[in-house]
Amino acid sequence: MNAITVDHITKTYNKGATLAVDDISFSIGAGELFGLIGPDGAGKTTIFRILTTLLLADKGTATVVGNDVVKDFHRIRGIVGYMPGKFSLYQDLTVEENLNFFATVFGTTVKENYDQIKDIYGMLEPFKDRRAGKLSGGMKQKLALCCALIHKPEVLFLDEPTTGVDVVSRKEFWEMLKRLKAQGITIMVSTSYMDEATLCDRIALMLGGKILSMDTPPNIIKAYPEKLYAIKSPNMHKLLKDLRTNEDILNCYAAGEYIHLSLKNSGKQNEDLLLKHLQDKGETDLILKETIPTVEDCFIRLLGKQDGNKEGSSN
Amino acid sequence: MKQFFAFVTKEFSHVFRDRKTLLMLFGVPIVQIVLFGFALTNEIKNSNIVIVDNAKDLASQQIITKIASTDYFKIRKDLMSASQIDAAFKSGDIKMAIVFPENFYTDLLHTNKAQIQVIADASDPNTGTTLTNYVTGIIAAYQAQLNATIPIPEQINISTRMLYNPDLKGAPNFVPGVIAMVMLLICVMMTSISIVREKELGTMEVLLVSPFKPLYVILAKAVPYLVLSLINLTVILLLSVFALDLPIKGSILLLYAVSTMYIITSLSLGLLVSTGAKSQYGAMTLSLVGMMLPTMMLSGYIFPIENMPLVLRILSNVVPAKWFYLIIKDVMLKGLGFSYIWKETLILFGMTVFFLTLSLRNFKTRLE
Amino acid sequence: METKKEVVIRTKDLTKRFGDFVAVDKITFDVHKGEIFGFLGANGAGKTTAMRMLCGLSRPTSGEAMVAGVDVYHKPEEIKRNIGYMSQKFSLYEDLTVLENIKFYAGIYGLTDKQIKDKSEELVEKLGLQNQAKVLVSLLPLGWRQKLAFSVAIVHQPKVVFLDEPTGGVDPSTRKQFWDMIYDASEQGITIFVTTHYLDEAEYCDRICIMVDGSIKALDTPYLLKQKYGVDNITDVFYQLARTAKRSDN
Repeated sequence: MNAITVDHITKTYNKGATLAVDDISFSIGAGELFGLIGPDGAGKTTIFRILTTLLLADKGTATVVGNDVVKDFHRIRGIVGYMPGKFSLYQDLTVEENLNFFATVFGTTVKENYDQIKDIYGMLEPFKDRRAGKLSGGMKQKLALCCALIHKPEVLFLDEPTTGVDVVSRKEFWEMLKRLKAQGITIMVSTSYMDEATLCDRIALMLGGKILSMDTPPNIIKAYPEKLYAIKSPNMHKLLKDLRTNEDILNCYAAGEYIHLSLKNSGKQNEDLLLKHLQDKGETDLILKETIPTVEDCFIRLLGKQDGNKEGSSN
Repeated sequence: MKQFFAFVTKEFSHVFRDRKTLLMLFGVPIVQIVLFGFALTNEIKNSNIVIVDNAKDLASQQIITKIASTDYFKIRKDLMSASQIDAAFKSGDIKMAIVFPENFYTDLLHTNKAQIQVIADASDPNTGTTLTNYVTGIIAAYQAQLNATIPIPEQINISTRMLYNPDLKGAPNFVPGVIAMVMLLICVMMTSISIVREKELGTMEVLLVSPFKPLYVILAKAVPYLVLSLINLTVILLLSVFALDLPIKGSILLLYAVSTMYIITSLSLGLLVSTGAKSQYGAMTLSLVGMMLPTMMLSGYIFPIENMPLVLRILSNVVPAKWFYLIIKDVMLKGLGFSYIWKETLILFGMTVFFLTLSLRNFKTRLE
Repeated sequence: METKKEVVIRTKDLTKRFGDFVAVDKITFDVHKGEIFGFLGANGAGKTTAMRMLCGLSRPTSGEAMVAGVDVYHKPEEIKRNIGYMSQKFSLYEDLTVLENIKFYAGIYGLTDKQIKDKSEELVEKLGLQNQAKVLVSLLPLGWRQKLAFSVAIVHQPKVVFLDEPTGGVDPSTRKQFWDMIYDASEQGITIFVTTHYLDEAEYCDRICIMVDGSIKALDTPYLLKQKYGVDNITDVFYQLARTAKRSDN
C-alpha cells in the first residue's frame, strides 16, 4: 500500500478565481523521501494542507496510509507529523516546554519516545531552558522537527522547512531527514532550493499548480533534451550579452560561476562557430565545456517548454 | 510638497478600497450623533413615582397636579401601603416616593412651615439627584406662587431621603459598571485575541493536525481568563469596600456566583468573536467596536435605558452587560437575594448557551 | 581595470550593540560606484542590522559610516533620499495597481510630474506589463512583483540600492531575469548592496562579504575567496567559515 496517494486533486481559492492546484495525481511509497520542488505560489502548501486534512479539495481524492483525507481525517491527524511553512512553535515557551506541550497534545510523553528524537534533540539539549523565540533559525528548525516527530508519526509532512535558514543548517537538516528515512518514516518535503532536490528519492517539479515533471533526480536529469554547456570568461556580464546576440543559442543564463547554455544544433562544429562568434566580439580566455544539468537547469528547461521556447518566461 | 501630495493620493486609494474600515469610519460617527442627539439624554422622563397623600387637602392636590402635568413623572395610583412601596423600590418599579403629611395645608397656613418627604432611589445617584431636583423645582415654584399673594412667606421644607446610597456616592454607580466593563474587556477581547493569535502564528495549524480536540483548545484558552476575571473582580470589590467605602449589602457568595455566570457569558462571546476574526487586529477591533461600544451605550451604565426610544430599548436587551448591571446593582447595592434576580440570570444563561452553540458550530476544524 | 572609482559606501569599525549583545562588531569596508556587493551570512549573523544602519534606519553604537556622501549619524534622513530599498517581505502596496505603485514611489522620491509620466511608461514597457498596468499588484505572480519592486526601488536613479533577499521563493527563471536587471542597473552606475541565501548568486557579485557572529570573516571577489580556501564553489567557502561560528550555536 502506498503511504500517500493523490488522485486528480484540484483546488481553487476565492470562489474559483485562483487556481492553486490543477488536477494533480501522484503516489508516494512507504519509507520514501519525496520532494515537492517549486517556487512560491506553485501549489506546494496547498497540497500539504489537503493531505494533512486542513483543506478540502474542490475535486479529486487523496489518502494517507490508506485513510481518506475527507472521511477519515480524525485518524490521519493522529498518525502524521506536520511542520507548516512558518515554524510554529510558541516563541515565549522554552525549548523543553514546547516539546512537552506537543508531546502531551499527541497523548504521549517526551520520555516515552525520546529515542525517536534523541539524535536531533541532542543538539538542542544545552539550550532547553531558552525561549524558542531566542533561538537561531537553524535551531528553531530542529526544535520544530522534534515536535513533529515526538509521537512517532508514520508520515512526516514538512512544508519548506529550510526556507530562510543558513546553508550549514540546511545541510544538517537534510542529513537528519536521511537518518529518519532509514527508520522507515515516509517523508514528504517541499523546498524552493533546487539544490536540495537531489537529496530526495523522487521529486515533483511544480509550477502554477501543475507538476512539470516527476521522477528520481537522476532520471529527470537524464531526460534533459539537449546537450548543456557551461561557459565562462573574465567578464561574465559582457559574455551573457554577447551570447544573446548569437542565433544558434537556444537558452543561456547565468548559473553561478558559469553561464549555462544550449544550442539549437549541437556538435563540435557548432561549438566552434559559437566560440568564433564570441571571439569576434572581443571575448578572450573563454572556457567552454559540456556539463551535467542540475535540477535547476531542468526546471528552467521545462519552464521554457511551457511557453514555447521563450527564454525567461513568466509564471 | 509633491511627495506629500503623492502620499495623500495613495492614502485615499487605500481608504476607498477598504470597505469595512470605510463603514466604520462613517458609520460610527453617524451612530454616535444619532444616539447622543436623539436617544441618549441625561434628562429623565416618565419616571414612575408614587405619591402618598396623607393630607388630601388643597395644597397637596395643587402640588400633585403640578407634578402630574410634567412629563418627568408618571404617578402610580395603585400603590398604597408602606410595604408595597418598599417592594416597589426594591424591584425598581418606582424611582421616587413623595409623602405629604396629614395637615399639610393647615400647617402651612398657620405655622408658615410644612414638610414634604421625598424618598428617591439613589442607587443611580444621577437619577436620584435629578428627580429630587425636579420635585424641588416644582415645589419651589408652587411656593413662589403662594408667596406672591400673601404677606408672610411660607416655607415648604423638603426632607429628602436617598435610598440605597444616602451619601450619593458616585461609586455605587460606577463600580457595577466598571465590573461589567472589565469582565467584558478581559473575556471578550483577550480571549478572542489569544485564539486568533494561534491562527496568525501558524501554531493553530499544528494543533488541528493532532488528536487534540479543537474544543479543548478553546476551553483551555478560556480558563486563564476566567481565573483572571475572578481575581479582577475581587480586587475591584476590595477597592470599593476599603478605599471607596462602599459596602456590599448582599450576599458575597451570590455576587461571585452571578459574576461567574457573566464571565462565562463574556467568554463565550469572546469565542464567537474569534471564529469571525481573521487577525488579532480584527479580533481587537471587533471586540472594541462590536462589544464595548454597545455595552457602554446600551447597558444602562451611563445612560438610563428608560429614556431611550423603543428601538434602542429593545436592542439593549441583547447586550449581556445590561442584565448583569441590573443583577449586580440589586445584589451589591440593594442587598437583594436570588429571588429578585432569577429572571436576569436566566437570560444571561440563555445567552451563554446561544453564544457557545454558535461558536462551536462556527469553529473551523479546517483552515477554510 | 578598477580605476579609482568613487566610494559610495564607507564604514569603519561600525558597531551596533543591544545591551550586552554585540550584533555588529566593528565592520570595515568600502563599496565603489556601480559595484555589486554581496552580503552573506546566516540569519542572526548581523546582516540585517548592518543594512539598517546603512539605510539610516538604525543608529550605530560606534564607528563611522558614510552612504552616498552622507554621514549616517548626522543626517540619516538625507541618506534616504539617495538610496533605494527592496526586501522580500515588503516592497509594493498590494491593493494598488502597477501604475499607481510606480506613481506613488516616484512621487515620494521627488520626481516631477513629467518624469513620473515618462518613467511609468518606460518601466511598464521594459517589464512587459502593458496589459497589467491597471491590475492590482496582489494579482500579479510573485516573480513579476519582485521585478516591479526592483524597478520601482531605482526609479529615481539612486546612488545605492539595498536589496534584502530579493529573490526568495522565486522561480529560477525569474531569478535569472532579476539578476539581469541588477546587472543593467550596475552598468548605469547604481551601486547594488544585496543579501541572499542563494549561494550561486554570490558568484554574480563583484565582491562578497561573509558575516559570522557580527563580524566580517571574508571580504573579496568570489574568485579570490575560492582560491584562498582551496575550494571551487562559494558553498564550500561558507562551510569552512561557518564551522568557526559560535553564535549560530550549531
